[in-house]
Amino acid sequence: MEEINALFHGFTVALTPFNLMLMFVGIILGVIIGVLPGLGGANGVAILLPLTFTMPPTSAIIMLSCIYWGALFGGAITSILFNIPGEPWSVATTFDGYPMAQQGRAGEALTGAFTSSFVGALVAVLMFTFLAPLIANFALEFGPPEFFAVYLLTFCSFVGTGKGNPFKIIASMMLGFAMAAVGIDIVTGQLRLTFGFTELLSGFHFLVAVIGLFGIGEILLSMEEGLSFSGHGAKINPTIVLQTWAKLPRYWATSIRSCFIGCWMGIIPGGATPASFMSYGVARQMSREGAKFGTGQLEGVIAPETAAHAAGTSALLPMITLGIPGSPTAAVLLGGLMIWGLQPGPLLFVEQKDFVWGLIASMYLGNIAGLIVVLTMVPLFAAILRVPFPIIAPVIVVICAIGAYTVKNNMLDVWMIVAFGMMGYVFKKLDYPLAPMVLALVLGDAAESSFRQAMLIAQGDLTVFWKNWLVGSLTTLALVLLFWPLISAGMARMRAAAMATSRN
Amino acid sequence: MENNNESAHRAVRIVTMDVVVAALILALGALVVYESNRLGSGWDENGPQAGYFPFYIGLLICICSAVVFVQSFVKLRTDRRVFVRLDQFKQVLVILLPSAAYVLGVQLIGIYVPSAVFIVLFMKFVGKYRWLRSAAVGLGVSVSAFMLFEIWFKIPLPKGPLERLIGF
Repeated sequence: MEEINALFHGFTVALTPFNLMLMFVGIILGVIIGVLPGLGGANGVAILLPLTFTMPPTSAIIMLSCIYWGALFGGAITSILFNIPGEPWSVATTFDGYPMAQQGRAGEALTGAFTSSFVGALVAVLMFTFLAPLIANFALEFGPPEFFAVYLLTFCSFVGTGKGNPFKIIASMMLGFAMAAVGIDIVTGQLRLTFGFTELLSGFHFLVAVIGLFGIGEILLSMEEGLSFSGHGAKINPTIVLQTWAKLPRYWATSIRSCFIGCWMGIIPGGATPASFMSYGVARQMSREGAKFGTGQLEGVIAPETAAHAAGTSALLPMITLGIPGSPTAAVLLGGLMIWGLQPGPLLFVEQKDFVWGLIASMYLGNIAGLIVVLTMVPLFAAILRVPFPIIAPVIVVICAIGAYTVKNNMLDVWMIVAFGMMGYVFKKLDYPLAPMVLALVLGDAAESSFRQAMLIAQGDLTVFWKNWLVGSLTTLALVLLFWPLISAGMARMRAAAMATSRN
Repeated sequence: MENNNESAHRAVRIVTMDVVVAALILALGALVVYESNRLGSGWDENGPQAGYFPFYIGLLICICSAVVFVQSFVKLRTDRRVFVRLDQFKQVLVILLPSAAYVLGVQLIGIYVPSAVFIVLFMKFVGKYRWLRSAAVGLGVSVSAFMLFEIWFKIPLPKGPLERLIGF
């Protein structure tokens, strides 16, 4: 078992006192970020990224991924205590979590949520450990057409799995690609879309876009809602934890199902949110107490939390092995890797063994650290949530401004976050999804160069994307997902027609 | 709060915004197509030209935004769902305008002084806190940011006359 050996080597990389300290710091920062409005996982990691430039890459990625785990845990706290989902994937947790808090069972709900998050993440990391080297090995054979087909699949799956208007999804995504094209063309060296403004030479940096769209945009939305927090107190003591743990084995079936849904959906971009809803829905249908869901069932907290955390973890699988992130936060982590000079993708497993296995080992350790931190520090995090918005809002604007400036030491970027903030506010209210735009901005150059190389090889012949079974099935799957809204509408109409004829 | 009722009725509808935003995106898409054509969207002896990929991106932006424009335009009379009410929009401006002023301040005199001033004034006038508490938070954030970036991590942020005065 080569993987086991590599993993143990990874543990020796990750288990230094400095890295362990970074793990705990990362988790605590992550939970705070997950709890505060306007500082989600993606945005928080983006702001803290420059602080890690002075660290060795392995330590930096350990801290940043721990921030990510912390943000995943943090979402559950706001959902259960305040009925405010801190992250989109914790919306489903509010359905049963908040009623439990109203009944004074907040401690039980939180323990259930944290523990099942931990289980979900652990299963996903196990899958990651054994699947990632295989996928990376497989992907070593990829040429430009294969890579472009994978990019195509990534972007088409946003259309296939997204709930909104497909034209808005594509428009938002293409705006991301257009922004990525601004600046110097890497192949010909020509200036593109700069219109004579020298400030645009280096293009739009996606970290600035993330900070503006998610950070400032979220603050504007929260101000509009006139946010006033009224939450339930939470006491977690060892007795409640042990009592809840004693109840959990009863829900093993829900747990396993949710892990599967989470792992599967996580590999698909934007998967954590649909995974949590899907898992909640499936649990409600399969459970004996399904009818009582929504009134404060522990099972209704376990299902979405397990799936969301499993999906959040498996979102890193395509990021590390193929260089294609499954979520905006994974995209920010990918950006960080590139800044440290590490090219994510299959070669990472060959050239940077220490880094990859250190990261995988830190996923195990980080989630254990996360469980300990959240179980012991819930009252502190709940207190942070009670800090009134007039204090939090300007402080977050200041943090976003600092974060934007440190990306490239460029004052224009600070102005950009205000513009991106307004854009994020309008787009969010009009259901233009932001995740595809951010992913397009990150992957734009890579997708373009793989497309141009593929075209160069094939002399402009598009059938290169069907030249063998591998690239052909990827491309076909991508097109099926792209036209999925049409296909599913067509199937629904056919079913309705069949029903009508059978009734006659 | 007497005028709350009146302002609650004055609102921008979602379809109106949809039409406006779709038109703006369409214009952007047209700009991308125009620029790609100028750069050359076809092939030359070295392969695909610089505008080859962006041309199709721009084209897709145009097509999708045109569809959204038409979809919303036909609902312009019937769909009454609200995008934002006037009173809500005022709340948004309460943070947006000071933030813009803050960024201008950062441009002119560095980041630390405007950060403190922004937080203090926002807490005092929007949050209705006492001066003492507002000042404590504002100065606290600014000083800790200074320590963190300039001293510990040695990451230089924009500085102005005050920072020069104390030797930075």
